Amino acid sequence: MIMSHYNYWIVVVLMMIGFYIVIAHGNLIKKIVGLTIFQTSVFIFYISMAKVDGGTAPILADGIEQYSNPLPHVLILTAIVVGIATTALALALTVRIKEAYGSIEEEEIQQQDNLN
Amino acid sequence: MGTALAIVWMKDLLSVIMLSGIYGLLSASFFVAMDAVDVAFTEAAVGAGISTLLMLVAITMTGHKEHHSRHKPFLALAVVMVTGGLLIYGTFDMPSYGSSMAPIHMQVAPRYLNDSMQEIGVPNIVTSVLASYRAFDTFGEVVVIFTAGIGVLALLSVVFHPKEIAKIHLFNDSMHEKELILRIVSKILIPFILLFALYVQFHGDYGPGGGFQAGVIFAAAIILYAMVFGLSTARRVINKSFIKFLASSGVLLYGSVGVVSFFSDKNFLDYNILSADPIAGQHLGILLIELGVGITVASIMVIIFFSFAGRREFSKNQDNKTGGSKAS
Amino acid sequence: MDFLLNISSSLCLLIGSFLCISGGVGILRFPDFYSRMHAVGVTETLATTMILIGLMLQNPDALVVLKLILILLLTLFISPTASHALAKAAIQNNLRPKLDKRESNEKVTSSNR
Repeated sequence: MIMSHYNYWIVVVLMMIGFYIVIAHGNLIKKIVGLTIFQTSVFIFYISMAKVDGGTAPILADGIEQYSNPLPHVLILTAIVVGIATTALALALTVRIKEAYGSIEEEEIQQQDNLN
Repeated sequence: MGTALAIVWMKDLLSVIMLSGIYGLLSASFFVAMDAVDVAFTEAAVGAGISTLLMLVAITMTGHKEHHSRHKPFLALAVVMVTGGLLIYGTFDMPSYGSSMAPIHMQVAPRYLNDSMQEIGVPNIVTSVLASYRAFDTFGEVVVIFTAGIGVLALLSVVFHPKEIAKIHLFNDSMHEKELILRIVSKILIPFILLFALYVQFHGDYGPGGGFQAGVIFAAAIILYAMVFGLSTARRVINKSFIKFLASSGVLLYGSVGVVSFFSDKNFLDYNILSADPIAGQHLGILLIELGVGITVASIMVIIFFSFAGRREFSKNQDNKTGGSKAS
Repeated sequence: MDFLLNISSSLCLLIGSFLCISGGVGILRFPDFYSRMHAVGVTETLATTMILIGLMLQNPDALVVLKLILILLLTLFISPTASHALAKAAIQNNLRPKLDKRESNEKVTSSNR
């Protein structure tokens, strides 16, 4: 049981670490890094599901019978690039927040909002 | 996993970003171990390269220490534990790691694996699925990248007063006269990086590669040039409106390849009618859209970097004008 | 011939891994930034070279050897430059070596071009 499902558990642990960083730390940049960890753990989840024992990379070559499933690879390729796009936007927003509020700690930003 | 735990504990954001770069590289090697070479390539280029770079540039503007939180995060820990427990309980029903009888290998994938050579004629199945069978999804993805670039431009672009431009140019150029070794080595290496990007772009049919990876590597070469030779020099080389034009023309190229097949009463993005022989039509279609993807990704990454760097110049200029009252 | 190739490639790979590990130990144990950088910069380049030569001996197919030679050339260019860039950035930000006897607030002039 353990040996056959260990890849899912690694993914869940990484996902939970990323989740914890997002909800428990106040600094915005650290939340973005946590989000990146979360995203990468989801990628590992999909790719580990696509792997077939005894298969190789899905590039057609002579003499190879068994290939890994190419469909999750395509989905994750798209997901990686979309992830970097959202990270870039999130970082741009953080820069503007810093200029507007003077800090990137969540508590201080909320304090300033409550004062207004 | 060790790097992820270390990221939780560290307070210095610079180390956090370096660790996230290492984490990206480690997950890229995971992907290689799980036979996903295209994905590993993209994750190594994007996660360990561009992502680290963008976060570093953002940190130069937002400061790199994290404050200690005042209250203990017990509620967060409890939520995380409960969610983790539920997820692990949910994975007991999943198929074993690497089994070939799992449901996802039964339905659509055998059709792609078996018929890809006859219908499309491209050895790299990931490219054929990405660029031909699922070309519509890839179109959406290119538009998402384009939108992110537009968003960053809207948030971070600055228009300089003409008086300040000369001062900023002077500042930029003076900083970079002293880095002799870096300049020479970059001058030798940048053509090879660009050549490698072109190789990856056009060789995506036969090995790992394709438009995204090539675009990211191309952008990395230009960013290296900008970092070593100064931002003003790079701006003179890469004109801002030219880059914006390139980004939009990539998306336009992709869309027009799709629309061309409307003129012959076929579906959107159907490549079979692009040439007399359907297989040659597929090759031509894949080539054109990968080119569109590569152009768009490269220009958007360059636009994002230049927007961040331009904003940094802007805020440094503000600091100098107000007497450096902002502490960072 | 085959046996000789196998032995020499495994020897190269082992030497390369040992150098990598010793570079890692160097980072942890050396007392000062510059000595750590020296440890890792030198050993890392040589370790990568050894590992690549070991891989080249494993698979004497011409195209693979050519690609590995290109990677080797690139690494020989890039790795020392990276160490140089790090050390230069440290000096310009006034991080002095541990055994340096000068005053710590004397700024480094750009006398090197």
